[in-house]
Amino acid sequence: MDRDDRRPVGRPAESGALMTVVMEARDLAFSFGATPALRGAEIEIEAGEILAIMGPSGSGKSTLLHCLAGILVPDSGEVRYNGERLDTMSEARRSALRRDQFGFVFQFGQLVPELTAAENVALPLMLGGIRRAAALRSAHGYFERLGLDGLEQRRSGELSGGQAQRVALARALVAEPKVLFADEPTGSLDSLTGEQVMDLLVGEARAQGTTVVLVTHEPRVAAYADREVVVRDGRVTVPVRRAA
Amino acid sequence: MSVPLTLLGLLEREPSHGYDLKRDYDTFFGRGKPLPFGQVYSTLSRLTRDGKVTVGDVSPGDGPDRKRYLITELGATEVEHWLTEPVEPEPHLQTVLFAKVVLALMLDRPAGDYLDTQRAAHLQRMRELTELKRTGSLVDGLLADHGLFHLEADLRWIETTGARLDALRKVVRS
Repeated sequence: MDRDDRRPVGRPAESGALMTVVMEARDLAFSFGATPALRGAEIEIEAGEILAIMGPSGSGKSTLLHCLAGILVPDSGEVRYNGERLDTMSEARRSALRRDQFGFVFQFGQLVPELTAAENVALPLMLGGIRRAAALRSAHGYFERLGLDGLEQRRSGELSGGQAQRVALARALVAEPKVLFADEPTGSLDSLTGEQVMDLLVGEARAQGTTVVLVTHEPRVAAYADREVVVRDGRVTVPVRRAA
Repeated sequence: MSVPLTLLGLLEREPSHGYDLKRDYDTFFGRGKPLPFGQVYSTLSRLTRDGKVTVGDVSPGDGPDRKRYLITELGATEVEHWLTEPVEPEPHLQTVLFAKVVLALMLDRPAGDYLDTQRAAHLQRMRELTELKRTGSLVDGLLADHGLFHLEADLRWIETTGARLDALRKVVRS
């Protein structure tokens, strides 16, 4: 291949300031059956940064996100969150970590269709043991912040794509996650609606100090991030930045 | 499109006569706009005067056009600098980027790395414009949009070209 000899790094070369690494992966390999998706991927993510993971379709970028988030367990290599190994953790602990520390936004909101929008947003809090009334109160606060006023009682089938994605964003943020994983969060939206969702996502993440790991193939979405890495053939590459 | 730098790049590949340079330039970079012979030789004269090219052997009896030109160390350094530096991100750069990619492949340089560097430069500019959109007026936002859409088109070309480097290498080195 053209780029197999590229150094597998996950941080820009000029990054000299001391920052807290919240998440890191070393030499990750993962295959779907006989098809390798990750082949030695390495990355470091700093606390509070918004990182875009880019790459062509099938490059392994979503698989990398799923391994970082503890949704998938790599075949080999290490994933650490705040220094703790995720890949060797029990499923029960990983599940609790995902619920308590991580938030998720996917391309299609994946709202629970039987629940109202407010109940969808409140769901992570209720799963975390917060009483229904308190969870719904917290959820309502996000409806105003994300421009969803008046939509609390609608079900997902009664929401536009942009509204549903904003509800999904509220659900991802309501438990104030340390890390927000977003996989093509605007992929099903038109460009203007996608921009509104990204504005809200970035604004809320900055306000909360949330680290964001954003998978996208769209440069305009990646431009909301602090930096980008590119996944190609299951490896992470970072171009050397040059002084302006 | 920089004709002098492109000719220098072709000379780094191998010492050549003016005719050969024009032929290769027209094949890879001319695309409907052949390089006039006069421009080839005037460019080579300037490059020689500036110490970036030297004149090698002259084929006897072949007339003045049969000079063989060689790139100098200074010329090679200039090509290296040009190839590795990202182009200022602004719309309609495809021809310059294309010339860089083709020459990098001809010279067995890391064309993929150059594209990655260019992508980073483009995304940095897009970040600046996105911030302008988020914080500026509607007019600022619409002007930023114009730049963003064009830069995005460049980036799509960069991705497409990056995915076809193996095939392009075969074409330009055959």
